[in-house]
Amino acid sequence: MPTAVTTVSPPVPDAAPTASGRAGARPRRGSATLAALPLLTFVTVFFGLPMIAVLVGAVTVTDRATGTTTLTADNLTRSVQGAYLDALTSSIKLSLVTAALGVVLGTLLAQAVVASRLPGLRNLVVTASGVLANFGGVPLAFAFIATLGISGVMTELLHLTEAGWSLYTPAGLAVVYLYFLIPLMVLVIAPALDGLRPQWREAAANCGATGWQFWRLIGLPVLGPSLLGGFVLLFGTAFAAYATAAAMVGSVLPLVTLQIADALSGNVLIGQEGVASALALDMVVVAGLVMAIYLPLQRRSARWLR
Amino acid sequence: MYPALSRRTGRLAAVLALSLTTALAAAACGAKEEAPATASGVAADKATSLADFGGMDGLIAAAKKEGQLNVIALPPDWANYGEVIEAFSKKYGIKVNSDNPDGSSADEITAVKTLKGQDRAPDVLDLGVAFAISGAQEGLFAPYKVAAWDKIPASQKDAEGRWFNDYGGYVSIGCDAKRVAVCPQTFADLKKPEYKGKVALNGNPTKAGAAIAAVYAASLANGGSFDNIQPGIDFFAALNKSGNFIPVESTPATVEKGETPISLDWDYLNAGYAKQFAAKGVDWKVAIPADGKYANFYAQAVNLDAPHPAAARLWQEFLYSAEGQNLWLKGFARPVLLPGMITDGTAQADLVSALPKVEGEPSFPTPEQNDKAKADLVANWAKALAG
Repeated sequence: MPTAVTTVSPPVPDAAPTASGRAGARPRRGSATLAALPLLTFVTVFFGLPMIAVLVGAVTVTDRATGTTTLTADNLTRSVQGAYLDALTSSIKLSLVTAALGVVLGTLLAQAVVASRLPGLRNLVVTASGVLANFGGVPLAFAFIATLGISGVMTELLHLTEAGWSLYTPAGLAVVYLYFLIPLMVLVIAPALDGLRPQWREAAANCGATGWQFWRLIGLPVLGPSLLGGFVLLFGTAFAAYATAAAMVGSVLPLVTLQIADALSGNVLIGQEGVASALALDMVVVAGLVMAIYLPLQRRSARWLR
Repeated sequence: MYPALSRRTGRLAAVLALSLTTALAAAACGAKEEAPATASGVAADKATSLADFGGMDGLIAAAKKEGQLNVIALPPDWANYGEVIEAFSKKYGIKVNSDNPDGSSADEITAVKTLKGQDRAPDVLDLGVAFAISGAQEGLFAPYKVAAWDKIPASQKDAEGRWFNDYGGYVSIGCDAKRVAVCPQTFADLKKPEYKGKVALNGNPTKAGAAIAAVYAASLANGGSFDNIQPGIDFFAALNKSGNFIPVESTPATVEKGETPISLDWDYLNAGYAKQFAAKGVDWKVAIPADGKYANFYAQAVNLDAPHPAAARLWQEFLYSAEGQNLWLKGFARPVLLPGMITDGTAQADLVSALPKVEGEPSFPTPEQNDKAKADLVANWAKALAG
């Protein structure tokens, strides 16, 4: 699932002019296509084929006794009803909230680092972000359980339980997600923040603009496409996350990825592979909808950059 | 997004065709050889009992010739499987390839289907009974009756020998005596306020076998029956509301760390933790709740297309020998032949006395009752716990 989103890397403001500037120097089209062939093959084999398998699995059913396969809408209908619908909505909610928080906090952190103009700090933060953005799964869940769980080190040291803290709630899970979403946002937005030339700020100040006016009229519109792209990337990452949630709150917080795992590789449900495929297809549709909203917005806000 | 795709379809098709050919060639290389005929002339993959091999010596010879055995989803710390595998391997000089040790029953069935015809396919399976029944219906397993077949109770095996119970245990309450002043002994105890933020399951009941068993047991303790799992769901919903229940999946790591001070799990796993962590200073106590006794057995099956059919059958004979059964017993699991072995004295007495105590004989839900319970659980669990 994350492939669907991550293949669209958020544009950097400089990218568009640079690309068109180099257009004349580009090699001939034929050899360029040839060079892209490994990528296309890769995408077909590792993205296209599974996609087709999911689609086929979602709309067919195989009779266990006779082995005949027939078309059906059952799986899809079931995947948007009852417990499955709850899981889908709570997944979307969690992803929206964590992605929004991640965008805001990640951008603020990145801006603080970029504005500090300390190359050492910048390198440190970007390198650390690269590591943390890829920290996930059960190890991450256990790291949090050991520090902020009920008998976690920090929980006991700071008496957090008395203060109303519990790791095993949607809010707790959101905190864990932010642990890898914020660094991801820093990685994505830092180059864009570099693109905000100090001269623009100086020019705005010369014309009497306040700091707020600069951000509202210049800073944020320039960053717009990158922020949007970052949001989509974070949404996709949170939406597709599985192992962390499974280890922490698997039995109380229904998430669509957990339901897919239940249906596909559990010790309880039998013969529910079709529902799993249908749920996966639902996720693709959600990701598609997000992209459908994102693309026109992105084009609109990137228009004047060209 | 990829305009080149349409223009270069021809080239792409060529590449795809090439990779397909390569894949097919690779698959052909991995295909298993024809099973050799046994002493009695029956091919090893058609043999249904020891007699087809002309006795144990014939089976051992045929298995040694194959030299390997593929097992799947057998965690080394689960029911002493680590030692079982080692003992088998050493005794017969057969290399055991253990694949995906933490896999689930569904993973095993998937492996049988997707690896069909390859020499990497699992030879033998250890499955939840529901998966064994459904796999047998799909014709995935080879019928085979071990020498001790007649000693397995009729209710615990498939009449045709496609699956048979191997070992089982009870839902138990594990408890960290250093963190919990008085360890709970029953499901009723678990509701006490002193256990706030302490009670965990070993996974999500809609996915993990031990967790759904705990819900079933809780149902029996709260006026439910094999036909009605709802009181168990309500029990955990109440436990969640009072804050006693924590949704962390209990694992050896959380048990050792003390994050899941009370964990409902199979007694053989909890008893295993007690033994494993005693050296690390964790005092893990195990109790089988008298108000909700729920036992469950797993089942063995032989893959119909086992790449090492003789070794697969030898593995079964080994597991159902006194040696194999005692090895499971050493892992605190209750092997299916245990009652008879206690009577005839072949069960190791010290291992029997180390088992968590339980009164009475276990009873089991029928497959239909089980299916209904699962359906009810899947439909109602998430909602009950969220609300």
